[in-house]
Amino acid sequence: MPAFITPTVIAHLVLIFAVMNMLVLSSAFMVWMERKVCAYIQDRLGPNRVGFEGLLQPFADVFKLLLKEELVPKAADKLLFLLAPIISVAAALTAFSVVPFGTQITLFGLLDPPLRLEVTDVNVGILVVFAITSMGVYGIVLAGWSSNSKYSLLGGLRSSAQMISYEISYGLALAAVVMLAGSLSLREVVMNQSGYWWHLIPRWYLFLQPLGFLIFFTAGVAETNRAPFDFPEAEQELVAGYHTEYSSMSFGLFFLAEYVNMVTVSAVATSLYLGGWLGPFLPDWLGWIWFLIKTLALLFFYVWMRWTLPRYRYDQLMEFGWKYLLPVAIVNLIVTAALVIWLG
Amino acid sequence: MTVNMGPQHPSTHGVLRLILELSGETVISADATIGFLHTGIEKTAEQKKWQQVIPLVERMDYLGPQSNSLGFILSVERLMGIESKIPERVRHIRVLIAELQRISSHLVWLGTHALEIGAVSVMMYCFRERELLLNVNEMLAGFRMFPSYLRIGGLREDLPPDFHETVDAFLERFPSKLTEYENLLTKNQIWMKRTRGVGVLSKEDTIAYSLVGPLARAVGISYDVRRAFPYLGYETYEFDVPTRTHGDVYDRYLVRIEEMRQSVRIAKQALQRITPRGVFDIQDYRIVPPPKDKVYTEMEGLIQHFLIYSQGFTVPPGEAYVPIEGPRGEHGFYIVSDGSNRPYRIKSRPPGLYACQAVPKMIEGGMIADVIAVIGSTDVVMGDVDR
Repeated sequence: MPAFITPTVIAHLVLIFAVMNMLVLSSAFMVWMERKVCAYIQDRLGPNRVGFEGLLQPFADVFKLLLKEELVPKAADKLLFLLAPIISVAAALTAFSVVPFGTQITLFGLLDPPLRLEVTDVNVGILVVFAITSMGVYGIVLAGWSSNSKYSLLGGLRSSAQMISYEISYGLALAAVVMLAGSLSLREVVMNQSGYWWHLIPRWYLFLQPLGFLIFFTAGVAETNRAPFDFPEAEQELVAGYHTEYSSMSFGLFFLAEYVNMVTVSAVATSLYLGGWLGPFLPDWLGWIWFLIKTLALLFFYVWMRWTLPRYRYDQLMEFGWKYLLPVAIVNLIVTAALVIWLG
Repeated sequence: MTVNMGPQHPSTHGVLRLILELSGETVISADATIGFLHTGIEKTAEQKKWQQVIPLVERMDYLGPQSNSLGFILSVERLMGIESKIPERVRHIRVLIAELQRISSHLVWLGTHALEIGAVSVMMYCFRERELLLNVNEMLAGFRMFPSYLRIGGLREDLPPDFHETVDAFLERFPSKLTEYENLLTKNQIWMKRTRGVGVLSKEDTIAYSLVGPLARAVGISYDVRRAFPYLGYETYEFDVPTRTHGDVYDRYLVRIEEMRQSVRIAKQALQRITPRGVFDIQDYRIVPPPKDKVYTEMEGLIQHFLIYSQGFTVPPGEAYVPIEGPRGEHGFYIVSDGSNRPYRIKSRPPGLYACQAVPKMIEGGMIADVIAVIGSTDVVMGDVDR
């Protein structure tokens, strides 16, 4: 056996494989959850035929999509048309790589040094997430442009207009957290949130940065193109927006990217504001259960919002982004900075 | 950029086609094109006996079928001069059905309108309530969408058993459900942002485009046929005609919501006046089929039965137009008879057609998202517009 194949390397490879599959599976689960929750909200039953309570429905859907013909419009820019969904999915999957979802495990003493539960711990993790999730919008813009269809183009345009209006507030909300934590590494941000105030309230940044959390989450919803900010695909206006011309698995990839993005944004929000894997009652090495619970709660909120609220108009989001979100984010940042300097 | 919105588009209420000239997402000019659902119903009606026209006209405005047939029936009855002979009970039942029909149509409007603005769940709730009204239709005539229960000279048959209980249960349940929809929308910031000041039409323009119904009432034109030219004894019912002043999508929404409340009010009064059993037609067996026991026992009844089912009845020559307040506004049939057993010509006045003409005026200068909101607020039914 070559010398570089140590248990740690193998464990890392397994972890990478596991995280990627977990993401894909979680998006399948999210599809199921979305359909189920939406059905209950709407007084219906939802999928309940394939598997237990329809749990296998997303797999049946994917299987169906795989069997469909891949259509490329004649006038489309073929290369970009096929590349766009790949960019979307790649960006979505990569962003999760720096999100820590647990402390560290030694796998019953097998691993030395112990394995941290994240694909990689970059010391500028927050920036990496920020940069890569913003890449996802290229997929959408390119899809809209390369389809050579008017509705797709409008969807792509909306997407880019939407991005510039929330991205800044998104970044400013993050900056406030970074100031508090004094670190750009997501793991350290989480570690900084350990402990309790008065043995009761966990030291989550949610309580120090309630406004920041709201801004982050709102911008996150816009980032993932979810209702009420789902303009790029706004079915009732743009038919299907940027993916009007897509069929088969290329459409499936966009779908996958949307859900993975949701999971990522929720996971990042959990790490930044809700104390990541930290929680009472469970031993350290089971912290990922807390992480799952918190992320799921945020994801549920996503679904809840989508099936309750009407859709904004895209110029209204820009107005909202520039006139309200941005000033509030700046004030939030300045106040945080002042407090950090003042109180140390 | 020119965008062809429709005839195949998720939100153009079937097959309305809008040719939009866009700058970015702003609509510079728009052109509404109709005719994709032309079915020639008016022409077909000329080949049918008078009574056979009813199922045809019900298919025009497929969301408010019984208000179509009501308009047609009232016109025919006026031409035949039997208006005053229609029993009181039949009139009340017709009022009740017309109001339930209005609620049912408005529910589809609210559902699709909210769906198009993005509040998807509201549609499910609306269709859940509409389902109950379709059940009432099924009780009445065995047909859910186009019951053809209203007939010239009365009704198809007497009310089914349990009719009162079913309708009463619905009328009791419905207002609270309406409040539920309002909780989701009326004060919702996003809903208000999407609908307020959108698709505004001035009072003058509304009159110039001869818009009626909720569209006119949303600018403060208090024209309701039930008030202005009462038919079926509407003058004896207590109800308000809701009006608003801004003439935007939001006000049209409020007007229609309030109309549903008023419809419940009228329906409750009508239900009280209706006896569970009683006369259900004018009992003139030259116009309505005689009861079966007469057909089987009396020579006269048998002959009348054969005449009705082979030749129908004739309508004296002349023309008539009796407008009614349909779910979308003044709705009526102009009918011409040459004295035979078939109409010489019928012409419907679909409120949706006039609304379609005003759509470009309402959306110019707006954005694509507004186009959808405006189309929803006009509540056009293309089957009605194209006939």
